[in-house]
Amino acid sequence: MIEFVRNVRLWFAPEQVREEGRTPDYRFSLANERTFLAWLRTALALIGGGFAVDQFLPDLRWGWRVGLALALLAAGVLCSLRAVNHWMRCERAMRRGEDLPASRFPALLGVLVAVVALAMAVVVLVGWEG
Amino acid sequence: MARPVRDPGLQPERTRLAWRRTTLASTVAAVLAVKAALHGGVSVSGIVACALCCGLWLAFLLLAHRRIHALSATAVPAALSPRHATAAVLCAVATAVCAVALVVV
Repeated sequence: MIEFVRNVRLWFAPEQVREEGRTPDYRFSLANERTFLAWLRTALALIGGGFAVDQFLPDLRWGWRVGLALALLAAGVLCSLRAVNHWMRCERAMRRGEDLPASRFPALLGVLVAVVALAMAVVVLVGWEG
Repeated sequence: MARPVRDPGLQPERTRLAWRRTTLASTVAAVLAVKAALHGGVSVSGIVACALCCGLWLAFLLLAHRRIHALSATAVPAALSPRHATAAVLCAVATAVCAVALVVV
């Protein structure tokens, strides 16, 4: 958590990142940028999913509808913040010539999406009449 | 005039297309946001949320445009700056905050 706060300061201080290590091959930086954008798209898709649950399941009970929408929106926010944090960590690791950071996040997100999908299936099959 | 050597992996082009795809994803989110904001009649809060989401979409469009321009300007493009990445992420986060307001209210 403390490292995350330290990283947040680095998001806004590009000079500090450039002071470390050596500039890697620009193609590696571009690949890192594309991975970041792919995560950002995932986050936008989750946010869009939150809007969609709220809009296209109007017959659902209020609690279920808002709960599912908020879960998807929270996942979207988490995913986008993690995207920029992980991009920064990869960029710094490449500059220092270290191994790229390992992450538990893809597994966590996978489990969360599975849980939301199961909840949706249960809600659609059982709790349709609100 | 000698043309600069092309990267055989087409890395700048692929990155440019990744920005385009992400812009498309943000457009979908913005359209859904406008639909949610104007659902069930026009209200002041709905119009404010709608304007905010459109503004965020425009901000993202501008960020993507700038980056695409920077990618095609030189043969060896500079890495993405942390501020640029953070700004793009904050657009997504702010859209989600608007969404929470629209869903709960």
